[in-house]
Amino acid sequence: MTEASAKPAATDGLAFERPLLELEQKIQELRKLASGTHLELAGEIQGLEDRLRRQAAEVYAQLSAWERVNVARHAARPLTQDYIEQMLDDFVELQGDRVFGEDRAIVTGLATMAGVRFLLVGHRKGKTLKDKLACNFGCAHPEGYRKALQKMRLAAKMKLPIVTFINTPGAYPGIGAEERGQAAAIATNILEMFNLPVPILCIVIGEGGSGGALGIGVGDRVGMLENSYYSVITPEGCAAILWKSGDKAPDAAEALKLTSKDLLRLGLVDKVIEEPLGGAHRDPKGAIERVKAQILEWLHDLGKLTPDQLVEQRFEKFRRMGVPVGG
Amino acid sequence: MAWTRFGKKKDMPGGLWIKCESCGAMLFRKEFEQKHRICGTCGYHFTLPGRERVALTADAGTFEEMWKELQPVDRLGFNDRVPYAEKLKQTQAKTSETEAMIAGTCTVKGIPCALGVMNFSFLGGSMGMVVGEKVARSAELAVEKGLPLVLFACSGGARMHEGAISLMQMAKTCGALSRLNRVGGFSISVMTHPTTGGVTASFASVCDILLAEPGALIGFAGPRVIATTIKKELPKGFQRAEFLLEKGQIDRIVPRASMRDEMARLLAYATGRDPVAAFKPQPQPAAELEVAVAAEPAADKKKAKKGKKDA
Ligand SMILES: [Zn+2]
Repeated sequence: MTEASAKPAATDGLAFERPLLELEQKIQELRKLASGTHLELAGEIQGLEDRLRRQAAEVYAQLSAWERVNVARHAARPLTQDYIEQMLDDFVELQGDRVFGEDRAIVTGLATMAGVRFLLVGHRKGKTLKDKLACNFGCAHPEGYRKALQKMRLAAKMKLPIVTFINTPGAYPGIGAEERGQAAAIATNILEMFNLPVPILCIVIGEGGSGGALGIGVGDRVGMLENSYYSVITPEGCAAILWKSGDKAPDAAEALKLTSKDLLRLGLVDKVIEEPLGGAHRDPKGAIERVKAQILEWLHDLGKLTPDQLVEQRFEKFRRMGVPVGG
Repeated sequence: MAWTRFGKKKDMPGGLWIKCESCGAMLFRKEFEQKHRICGTCGYHFTLPGRERVALTADAGTFEEMWKELQPVDRLGFNDRVPYAEKLKQTQAKTSETEAMIAGTCTVKGIPCALGVMNFSFLGGSMGMVVGEKVARSAELAVEKGLPLVLFACSGGARMHEGAISLMQMAKTCGALSRLNRVGGFSISVMTHPTTGGVTASFASVCDILLAEPGALIGFAGPRVIATTIKKELPKGFQRAEFLLEKGQIDRIVPRASMRDEMARLLAYATGRDPVAAFKPQPQPAAELEVAVAAEPAADKKKAKKGKKDA
C-alpha cells in the first residue's frame, strides 16, 4: 500500500493513446489551416472527429487494467485542485491538524456548490514540480489524516455533509510518518468516520492507493471515476512481492482486480461515474461536470436520512464486504 | 501493507538447536519452546504460533474456539504463480489451521473475555475476509455478551490475493470496534512481532489499550519500503516496540512472561474486579498444553526485564 516510491512503469501503459493523439493533432492542424486560409475543411474535420470518437470508444472499451492505472495517473487528468477551482462557487481552505503541522498532501475546506454547502477533503498531488514536492505527490503524512479528521468533526458539528476526493498512490512511508503514528492516524480516521452523523460521499478520482485512500474513504456512498483504480497495493508493489519483478506490474494490475468495474462487481463501491469519451484527461471539464452532478444527486438522496440511519447504514454497508463461507 | 515482506522468514527449523534471530546464540529447542520462544541469552521474543499464544493467555481448558469453519472465497480468481485457492489448501494442510486468526471466548485468571489471536504462520498472518470477519464477530460478541475484547496482532498486512476486499477489512474491523465503543465496551490490542500494514492501520491501533511485546516490529510501511523511499539507512531500533513507546504511540511494553498477569490486571480494571488478584499465581491444569503457562511469574519477570534491556 505504501509503494509511493514506485518507479515509472517499465511498460509504457499509455501506448494505446498514440493513434488518438495523432488524430487529435491532425484535426488541430486542419483547423489551423482552415482558419489561416479560406479552405473549406469542415467536412474533413468532421470526418476525422467522427473517426476519433469511434476509435476512442473502441480503444477505451478494451483497456487492460494496467492501461487504466496509467490513465488514472495521467498528467492531464483533473486533480482535486481542478475540482475545487472549476466545480465550486466558494471555497474556504482550512489548514493544519492543530497538533503538529500542515500537510499539503490533503486539502480541507468549506465549500459551496450550486447552493449546497459541505466540507471538502481531498488528496492533493500538485501541478508544478514545486507543488508536487510540497504535496509529496499526494502521499499524506499522519498530519494530513489528523487534519482531515479534525475538519470532519467540525463539519459534523456544523451539520455539514462531507465530500472526499481520493487520489493517492498511498500514505507516505517515511521516518517521520512512522514516528508520528501513520498507521494509527489512518485507523483512527476509519473508525471515526463510522461515527460521523452527517452524510459522507467519497469519490476516487484517480488513484485509490490502499490505506492511504481508505483513511478518507469511509462513506455512505463511494463512487469511482471510470478510469480510476482502487487497490490494496500498487501494481508495482504487488509485482515486486509476488512476481519478484516490477516489470510484472501489468500482470499484477490484472490479478488485483482494481478497476472501477471490478470494485463495483465486488460490491466495494456504489457506483462507477462514467468519464467523457477517451478519459477525463481529454475533457476535464466534462469529467468535473459529471462528478458535480453525482455529488448533488447523492447529497440530495442522503439528505432524507436521519443521522442514526446514516451511521447505521454506513456500517452495514462495509460490514457486508468480503463475506466468507462456512458459518 | 503486504504480508510477504516477512513471508520468507523461516519457521522454526526442526532440529535440536535453533539460532536466535537477534543475537545468534544457539538455543536448545526444547528449552526455548518451554520458555515460550524467548531467547535465553538476549531476551528476544520470537513470533509465537497462534495456538501457543492462546494456551499462554487463556486459563487452561477455557478457550472455546468459534467460527473455525469460516473460509475465504476467491472472488478474484487470483493467480500469481500458484492459484490462491490452491495456496490456501496447501497452507491449511501445512498449518492445520483454517485461517490466520483464531477466535473465541475464554477466561484469563478467571475473567471472561473474547479473544482473537493472529497466526503468523498462516500466509504471514495476512488479513483477508476471514480475519476481518472474525475480528468483527469478536467485537460483536463482546457487545452482545458484555465481554471485554482482547486481540493479539501478528501480521505482515493485508492479503493481496483478496485485492480490495482485504483492504475493506480495515473498514469492517474498525467499524465493528466503533460499535463496541458506542456501548461502552472495552478492548485491548497486543502488537507482537511483526505487526505492520493494514492490520496496524486498522483494528490493532484503535483499541482502548495498546500493548506491545518487547522488540516487536510495529509499523505502517515495511522498513524496506521506507528505506527505498527515503534512500537513507533507518535509525537503529526504528519501528520497534521501544521506539513506539518513546514516541507515545503505545501504552505499555509487556514481556511475554508477564503478559497473562498484565492482561488479567487490565481486564480486572475494565470489569470492576480487583486488579491485585491478577498477580496471585493460579494453578494451571496443564492438560492440553505441552507448553505450560509460567508457574513462577516473579522469576519470569526478572528474565523478561533483562531481555527488554538487551533487545
Ligand atoms: Zn538472542
